[in-house]
Amino acid sequence: MKFRANLVIGGALFATVVVAGALAPFLAHTDPVMDANLMNAEVAPGSEFWFGTDAQGRDIYSRVLYGARISLTVGIVSQLINTVIGVCLGLSAAYWGGWWDDFVSGLTNLMLAIPSLIFALAIMAILTPGLTSLLIALGLTNWSYTCRLSRASALSLKGQGYVQAAKVLGYGDIRIMLTQILPNILGPIIVIGTLGMGGAVLAEASLSFLGLGIRPPFPSWGSMLSDARDQITTAPWISIFPGLAIFMTVLGLNLLGDGLRDILDPQSRARTA
Amino acid sequence: MPETDQMILRVEDLAVHFPLGGGLLGGKRRTVHAVDGVDLHLRKGECLGLVGESGCGKSTLALSILGLQAPTRGRVLLDGVDIAAPGVDRKARARIVQMVFQDPYSSLNPRQTVRRTLEDPLRLHGITDKSEVDGRIEEMLRHVGLRPEQAARYPHEFSGGQRQRIGIARALILKPKIVVLDEPVSALDVSIRAQIINLLLELKETMELSYIMISHDLGVVEHMSDRVAVMYLGRIVETGGWHSIFTAPRHPYTRALIAAIPDPFGERPGVKISGELPNPLEPPSGCRFHPRCPEVRDICRKPPTPPLGEIAREHEVRCLRAAELA
Repeated sequence: MKFRANLVIGGALFATVVVAGALAPFLAHTDPVMDANLMNAEVAPGSEFWFGTDAQGRDIYSRVLYGARISLTVGIVSQLINTVIGVCLGLSAAYWGGWWDDFVSGLTNLMLAIPSLIFALAIMAILTPGLTSLLIALGLTNWSYTCRLSRASALSLKGQGYVQAAKVLGYGDIRIMLTQILPNILGPIIVIGTLGMGGAVLAEASLSFLGLGIRPPFPSWGSMLSDARDQITTAPWISIFPGLAIFMTVLGLNLLGDGLRDILDPQSRARTA
Repeated sequence: MPETDQMILRVEDLAVHFPLGGGLLGGKRRTVHAVDGVDLHLRKGECLGLVGESGCGKSTLALSILGLQAPTRGRVLLDGVDIAAPGVDRKARARIVQMVFQDPYSSLNPRQTVRRTLEDPLRLHGITDKSEVDGRIEEMLRHVGLRPEQAARYPHEFSGGQRQRIGIARALILKPKIVVLDEPVSALDVSIRAQIINLLLELKETMELSYIMISHDLGVVEHMSDRVAVMYLGRIVETGGWHSIFTAPRHPYTRALIAAIPDPFGERPGVKISGELPNPLEPPSGCRFHPRCPEVRDICRKPPTPPLGEIAREHEVRCLRAAELA
């Protein structure tokens, strides 16, 4: 197989973030929440504080590491919720058709018409801010692309002989969807799921930035950026490092998604075969 | 009517109508009469050939027999039980009627090994004992001319002919009584068609099967069928034994079909029909074949559609001029 730069670089970036989050307790120099020390406020990056400190004197390096946990949890879990909802709705709509398809398609179009971030904002405004609410808000608002994709892919497979054969052999509808159709549409779903994960990381950052996500003092990249607004000219490192972390994670996930598409997309496979 | 004791399947007045238009935004609701009152019977051990051009309803008819398409009217009786009725258990029907598909490339799940393709139906139908499953799969693969060790492979590792063998194995794994063959060889290379046809004929004897074969390749039908039913615009226009259909076709449409078989020696009288299949939304009045019929007379254009009339034992024709055309 030929060398795929996007897959390798994307995978490496994403793996770095995963490792950083997983090993945060060992890699961090201080406790991200408790070790505020106003004597050390706004210290520039150096040998003691690698990424500098914020206005409360907390070590930004440690906070960025712990922030990876929140960003990854939100990115992965909310995207999983989206994928499950999208695939269930899209697959069943394509397979059953009729009024159910009309209903799902209508709902999908409705969701596509509402900016998902605004929708998530509205949900967050109702729920109490926190990780669970964030997962619910982002997990319920971004399934429309997955739904459309799985509906379209499933629709093209529905008429295939092996799906008909499964019906003739007496398989139930659910079994046909899970064993005959789903495995054959998994490739594009994985790709869009990976790309969507980057979007979810960004959405979490945006919501936290707006104060509707993870509440301070817990370290989320978005809320760190939000806190850093006042010092952006005087102490730019407070915003630069969480910003870079978001950038790296989203870039990594997007490259990974692109790379996976190159591998899993039947058309590109046909091209290289 | 033939003796009923050997009768395995009986289709009575089967009709499948598809509504068109008239959706949410209105518009005139119209109906396509894809299958419009078909009577058929199939005897044990027999191969019934179902012929007609594209769009004549032969595939829809087959789908109804398989329970994939709910009929608008009529019954499909198997041992006196209507297997096309909406309440019939899919699994019970599966053990009686199976299907071999036309395209061996799209009829096998690319993500399943041959073994899984054959194993899953067995398990679904309650055969879970490992040695019995293994035994059935091995036996089936040998029956269709594949080696048991090939079961671990995926469909893309096989040729078209081998894939069709796998498709046949899948259709027969539940030991059905009736197999619907939907153009079983038309997607295959000419060089391997004969192999598959011979395999199907062989399996019909060893597994005591009865076939309903859909085809527009009359060469294949001539070789395999015991009886033939010719369909035109959703109705049967001529049905009879293989010999009478191929040597003494009576309906002008059947004659034209048979004349269209490539004939290097020029022994068959040529009949040509012109024009296209009429719009099934507005079928012609009277005899539905009249706009294309070389033997058309004024009476053919007047409703009602002529009935199927018996002109010899087991030979029925839907033509007003059947007697004159002998």
